[in-house]
Amino acid sequence: MSEPLQQMEAASKLLELKNIDLSFGGVKAISNISFDVMEGEVRAIIGPNGAGKSSLLNVINGFYHPQQGEIWFDGKQRHAMKPYQIAYQGIARTFQNIALFKGMTVLDNIMTGRFTHMHKNMFWQALWKGPAEKEEIENREFVEHIIDFLEIQAIRKTPVGRLPYGLQKRVELGRALAAQPKMLLLDEPMAGMNVEEKEDMCRFILDVNDTFGTTIVLIEHDMGVVMDIADRVVVLDYGRKIGDGTPDVVRNDQTVIDAYLGVSH
Amino acid sequence: MTLSLKKPTYPAPGLDTFPKLLLHNARMFTDKDAMREKEFGIWQSWTWSQVAEEVERFALGLQANGVKAGDTVLIIGGNRPRTYWTMCAVQSLGAVPVPTYHDSVASEMQFVIEHSDARVIVAEDQEQVDKILDVKALCPSVELIIYDDPRGMKGYDPQEIKIQDFVTVQAQGEAIRKDNPNQFQELVNQGKGEDLSIILYTSGTTGQPKGVVLTYDNTLLTGYYGGLLEGLTENEEILAYLPVAWIGDHIFSYAQSYTMGFCVNCPESTETVASDMREIGPTYYFAPPRVFESLLTNVQIRMEDAAPFKRKMFKYFMQVAKKTGIKLLENKPVGLMDRIKYALGSVLVYGPLKDALGMGRVRLAYTAGEAIGGEIFDFYRSLGINIKQLYGQTESSVFITVQPDGEVFPNTVGTPSPGVELKIADNGEVIYRSPGAFHSYFKNPESTAATKTDEGWVHTGDAGFMTPNGHLRIIDRAKDVGAFNSGKMFAPKYIENKIKFYPHIQEAVTFGDGRDDCMAFINIDLGAVGNWAERNNIAYASYQELAAHPAVNKMVAQSIAEVNESLLDDEMLAHSQVSRFLILHKELDADDGELTRTKKVKRKLINERYKVLIDALYEGKDQCFIETEVAFEDGRVGTISGDISIHDAKTFNPVAQAS
Repeated sequence: MSEPLQQMEAASKLLELKNIDLSFGGVKAISNISFDVMEGEVRAIIGPNGAGKSSLLNVINGFYHPQQGEIWFDGKQRHAMKPYQIAYQGIARTFQNIALFKGMTVLDNIMTGRFTHMHKNMFWQALWKGPAEKEEIENREFVEHIIDFLEIQAIRKTPVGRLPYGLQKRVELGRALAAQPKMLLLDEPMAGMNVEEKEDMCRFILDVNDTFGTTIVLIEHDMGVVMDIADRVVVLDYGRKIGDGTPDVVRNDQTVIDAYLGVSH
Repeated sequence: MTLSLKKPTYPAPGLDTFPKLLLHNARMFTDKDAMREKEFGIWQSWTWSQVAEEVERFALGLQANGVKAGDTVLIIGGNRPRTYWTMCAVQSLGAVPVPTYHDSVASEMQFVIEHSDARVIVAEDQEQVDKILDVKALCPSVELIIYDDPRGMKGYDPQEIKIQDFVTVQAQGEAIRKDNPNQFQELVNQGKGEDLSIILYTSGTTGQPKGVVLTYDNTLLTGYYGGLLEGLTENEEILAYLPVAWIGDHIFSYAQSYTMGFCVNCPESTETVASDMREIGPTYYFAPPRVFESLLTNVQIRMEDAAPFKRKMFKYFMQVAKKTGIKLLENKPVGLMDRIKYALGSVLVYGPLKDALGMGRVRLAYTAGEAIGGEIFDFYRSLGINIKQLYGQTESSVFITVQPDGEVFPNTVGTPSPGVELKIADNGEVIYRSPGAFHSYFKNPESTAATKTDEGWVHTGDAGFMTPNGHLRIIDRAKDVGAFNSGKMFAPKYIENKIKFYPHIQEAVTFGDGRDDCMAFINIDLGAVGNWAERNNIAYASYQELAAHPAVNKMVAQSIAEVNESLLDDEMLAHSQVSRFLILHKELDADDGELTRTKKVKRKLINERYKVLIDALYEGKDQCFIETEVAFEDGRVGTISGDISIHDAKTFNPVAQAS
């Protein structure tokens, strides 16, 4: 484990959270959390139900803005953003409950992920011939590479609503990848999957990381999966950080074990 | 064109190997597509000259990596252009490619890797490389693995073995080509027709797989003669979707493509074959019977879901097709009114249906491997698809017999292919001598000697006979075939299959070897007969009780009478009508050792265990008492006993029928 860690020291920090506090009215979702994500690593966030994992993901994503604390992404400090700014910052995500356009085909759904890479204005789009067509062809080519990568050629023209759950998750990953993100956030990518689908998804996550060098932050409940694919793990409980380190370190941490086995607070 | 088959006739003088053909095609059909593969949603194509260049670069790269004449190179890959290019590249070095099934598990692969002595393996992707590395310790001869798809291959650096990218090897070859542009041509010139061209491992249902060694004269000539016979041209399109390690794909998608110059299309993935086939519209197509069967079932299911008007239209025009379609296909006289109806049907039903199946342009389709149901066969032929049966095996480079145009019968496999001599041995076994007859089994002289005689006759292991019109009819595996006391042939499985065709009969065992006539044991199908009993208010408590019910016996007797009548159609088998039968008191079961785990009847054991019943059948008794041991699923052993009634079956007199 020492070798990858040394490599990580050399890599730069892609994201850093400093003393984040987030509350909804009287409910404190996240209190005083700090951690960082290195460029090119697979970082997992784990914790029991209600620990604040999804809230934290929404903070990273820019959907929530914390009341206190600093967020540094890609070398710049980040402030409250408008939704379209969020889309352009280079962070893509998938959702715990699949959020695809059910009536559209797989291909069209993934094409929507290319939105941030389409620059031609309404005039050119309406005229179609010329620059807009060229741009569309380029984007389609990129999307076809993703379809090939995720091995979903056979369902290219199938409406998403007709697909089984495991495949829909894969399509959602495809749409996130289409945005060519610097950082990919995966909210429970394996929830509700059978063993085979989980294995496939693990392989795709590792391949994405390996092939495109995309930094990945994921929330996952399946401990086996997390311990297998994550480089480093953050553990949350009741909105606080209770552990941080390599899978081996976290696995043997007494506080973490207590949180998972349930010790009275 | 007439063929002089005494000496080999190559597509052009001196073109006796595939690499030579490749260079020839690159000159002849320079800009014609040789290969296509759908990738990233678009059909990518390579012309013959581009393929020649790809093969040349890879061949020289392999040579730089130490592959030389006489080596074997294992190929593990699906239907991808590079898989086929690798075969040709290996052949151009005088080495022998050994394609293997890419879906086999590591332990099965280990046998082939070990047995073939391969030092170099060309694998498709990470999955295959992982399998090789799994069994690496047991196969010390492997020195180099070349992979095609780089995905996931980053970070593979095992100490004991070299791993290289296909593209890197080609780049090495390119460097050599720059220095010495004639090297590839010189290498190719050294090949000869009698050289070994390929080793194909047969799946081996009994014991370990055997490596069938074939020469260029086997595969190239057989493919070429077969192509000439059917009038294939360079304009055919074929979809390569069956395993490359199977002789059929090797002949159709490689040998015939190279000899005829037509284009081979590789599907995007195994799941997209159906839609890729629609897009390509092949003109030449092969599929095993089960594929035709499942396509037909799909059509029927979808028609059941269609709107009533469409369903009626489909039913009506399929009746029309049944009546006139086959006649039209075979150029037989058809009335004007029927022609008009068929033409209307073509516009409304047959055309769209064939298009949906991807068979809109099929000029020639083959099926082989097992018997195809007459109904299924007729369905496709009535649509105007020229589907024909052929008979062949790996050892014969596919073609032994093919049904000639206009002489297509559902129950025969056709007349001998060009250059094939066919004989029926004394025991009824089909033996042949042909240009395609294999060289030997790799490193297995005993099996070679047992299968191929010194004069070149090859034993097929199948029993059959020639029909009066010169067609071959396959009936059974030769080892199961016996003879009646009269000396006439007894083919048990053939009769049993006919009996088992009835849904209420689960299993049948026939006796007749060394006897005067044929007798049968029957197992009823508890599901089907139970359902029938329920509908007919017949109460029963057990299999035994239901089997003994007079109504059930009557139903089985009726079925056997029908089988007997159908046996009359065959002069050779008319004498083997079932004269008496009984329904067994228990189901034959693998747990009791009566069937194999794959549900095949163990004849010898049944002969011993049920001797009392067999004797009773032949002694003409009406009833017989039997007690047998049965093993229950929890391992306990019990007995079942009871009286079994024996019935005479209605038989038909062949002579009376004929007159």
